[in-house]
Amino acid sequence: MIFDRLERILPTVQKPARYTGGELNQVVKDWEAIETHIALVFPDIYDIGMSNLGLAILYELINQRSDALAERAYSPWVDMEAAMRKASIHLYSLESRHPLSAFDIIGISLPYETLYTNALNILDLAGIPLLSSSRLNTDPLVIAGGHATFNPEPMHAFVDAFVIGEGEQVIFEVIEAFQQWKRSNFPRHQLLVDLSKISGIYVPSLYQVHYKPGQTIERIEKLTDEANLPVRKRIMPHLPPIPTHFIVPNIETVHNRIPIEITRGCTRGCRFCHAGMVSRPVRERSVAEIVAAIDEALKHTGFEEIGLLSLSSSDYTHIAELIQAVTQKYKGMHLGISLPSLRIESFSVDLMDLLVDSRHGGFTLAPEAATEHMRNIINKPLSTSQLLETAYQIYSRDWTTIKLYFMIGHPEETLEDVKAITDLCKAVLSEGHRAIGHRARLNVGVSTFIPKPHTPFQWVACDSVEQIEAKQALLKQELRHREINLTWTDPKETLLEAWLSRGDRRMSDVILHAWQNGAKFDAWQEQFNFEAWMKAFNERQLDPAFYTHRERALDEVFPWDHISTGVRKKYLLQDYQLSQASQIRSDCRLQCFGCGILPGYAEDRRANPGDAWCCPEVKSPSKHNVLEPAR
Amino acid sequence: MRYIGHLDLFRSWERTFRRSGLPLAYSQGFHPQPRLNLACALPLGFTSDCELIDAWLEDVFLPSEIVDRLEPALPPGLSILSVDLVDASLPALQTQVRSAVYVITCLDAVPDLEERVDHLLSAQHLPRQRRGKPYDLRDLVEWLEVLPPNEAGNARLCVQLAAREGATGRPEELLAEMQIMPEDARVHREKLLINSN
Repeated sequence: MIFDRLERILPTVQKPARYTGGELNQVVKDWEAIETHIALVFPDIYDIGMSNLGLAILYELINQRSDALAERAYSPWVDMEAAMRKASIHLYSLESRHPLSAFDIIGISLPYETLYTNALNILDLAGIPLLSSSRLNTDPLVIAGGHATFNPEPMHAFVDAFVIGEGEQVIFEVIEAFQQWKRSNFPRHQLLVDLSKISGIYVPSLYQVHYKPGQTIERIEKLTDEANLPVRKRIMPHLPPIPTHFIVPNIETVHNRIPIEITRGCTRGCRFCHAGMVSRPVRERSVAEIVAAIDEALKHTGFEEIGLLSLSSSDYTHIAELIQAVTQKYKGMHLGISLPSLRIESFSVDLMDLLVDSRHGGFTLAPEAATEHMRNIINKPLSTSQLLETAYQIYSRDWTTIKLYFMIGHPEETLEDVKAITDLCKAVLSEGHRAIGHRARLNVGVSTFIPKPHTPFQWVACDSVEQIEAKQALLKQELRHREINLTWTDPKETLLEAWLSRGDRRMSDVILHAWQNGAKFDAWQEQFNFEAWMKAFNERQLDPAFYTHRERALDEVFPWDHISTGVRKKYLLQDYQLSQASQIRSDCRLQCFGCGILPGYAEDRRANPGDAWCCPEVKSPSKHNVLEPAR
Repeated sequence: MRYIGHLDLFRSWERTFRRSGLPLAYSQGFHPQPRLNLACALPLGFTSDCELIDAWLEDVFLPSEIVDRLEPALPPGLSILSVDLVDASLPALQTQVRSAVYVITCLDAVPDLEERVDHLLSAQHLPRQRRGKPYDLRDLVEWLEVLPPNEAGNARLCVQLAAREGATGRPEELLAEMQIMPEDARVHREKLLINSN
């Protein structure tokens, strides 16, 4: 039935192949023969969702089980959504075209906050009640995970259970708990209680938040004994096998390549960086494992490009060996190899030099700030002379374009610091002139800093729109240059992300109202509807500035304090205070600063000694893990 | 596979060759491209069982070997009808294609289909515009007839349209001329006619 109606719709929409499935390596199982049906949802369009590594990993893992299947669903673009609503077609999975409401579990990926309204829209398009509290036994279980869910509270009303941290193991525990419950005929509440016992699972309806008169939080209480408090993130103590059966899209997607995760985590400790704080400890894979996986993946997919992914490629212990191995092995095979997140040093230029084709996209460096003082504040130490020297080497080795990434809005930043960005850009371009004359080009991307939960900057205020606009005006004025191309972020989009990142439970209502007011595709500049959000804040009588422009008291209880990333709040506070004193903390591979990971996951470290982790070995005798208190 | 555009189809073939392990030749230069040529772009949404593709390999293989290696590497929706070795000095496939034959299946009943066909065929000129450029669709329609309905009772047309470089008839424009919405019909390319010399 759905096929006939789709038949008429697909020719009328842009890129219909987004909605057909049928790609190489998709897994279609016999629906009736499988006990548990899981829809993996990325709440943005196919082109973006297909490039999400997290869902690709889970897809492959779940489909390896004989009693479960995983299928995919993405947000339809606005043209398809309108056509589907008009034809009363509910959102369906790409593989078997079952409506999402027929699945047992809906797993939504929430890597960033601007997907929240899309997640609501997807539930609505699927005919699944938006509110967790309105769902019945017959409705799917809605779970969510991804980096944004380290502060799950803004989405607490819509998600039955959050998976905090890495999902490769815990997803099976969720499936098994679900299967037991389903065989039992117990009410839905029992399922939630069962799930809440699993380490790393947060069931928001089993917790209550008590507020102080001043709107900040008094405490967070759990409503059943079984639930975890705090909810400690899950990690894979030993990184799981690299997926190799990636689905090969038939149309262009944002990262149309084989993603190979070479390391997880980062030891640099940049204070603004959410990923760096929440994905500790650093675990590395061996060169042999990576090369074997690339080989397999190339055989199964035929992709012409691989991306070697990590938060900081140059920090991978065996990076030189790896690049040598792959460039030799695949020489002459027209295989593009991309290596993002390189440090600003000549070694990076040597590495990139080995990669054929790497000159296409320009060479990207991310100093993030332009003065050494500012870089000390954010803990990204780097001398200006080292940056200029690296830039000179890049230009003189035949890259004509360098891309520089900066952020404005760092704590304590003044207009002089912003002006320094423009001076530094011009200095970098002069290095280009010195090396290759006027062929040299410079792309400058300036985003705006957003304080993120679980980072040393979780206490600071975000710049106001006026401050951001003044800083951007200065950049635009100073960088008006034929050979420099400047891009920046819309301050209003920055605000949205800032409200949502550090939002509390009351933000759920704002998200719901904003969606009802028409907000969706917030990450898409031309779709972003600021008015819908302002109206929603008004309707809920909440002040957006409370979430963005307020410097938090050092002893404030945060909405996410009951979620533990393993990094202690005390450590983050120390680091914040070091930042205020303009002091850096070096790479923690060189010296452990006791962030909390090692005591929290001591058993895991003990079971995985040596090179598997970049943390020091645990020498103490084994004892049971002591969880940190809620706050 | 029917909703894949020309460039994406090209990419699918490149990946099929890469999976097969056959050494596809690449062009020289800064942006090496696989040496693959599709004879004639198949518009989005159309199906076909007559596509022609030229592929250059770095080595010599028997056609049967090529089939054996490509077949397990094919993505769902693509299949190989036959493989032949051709003289590399022959002109490019695109320049050899003369016409294309399509079978159009109407999803809804069109009671006066015969009349619409007669009306179209009897016209001297069918002036239309494509990307702002005027052209005469009538000149591109080489042959058009109503076929017996299919098993489901859907009305069908068969049309042969010119498919020369710079003079390509498009089935959806023919449908528009006959007041049939493109989404209400399915188009299947049945044959590509190429110059015999």
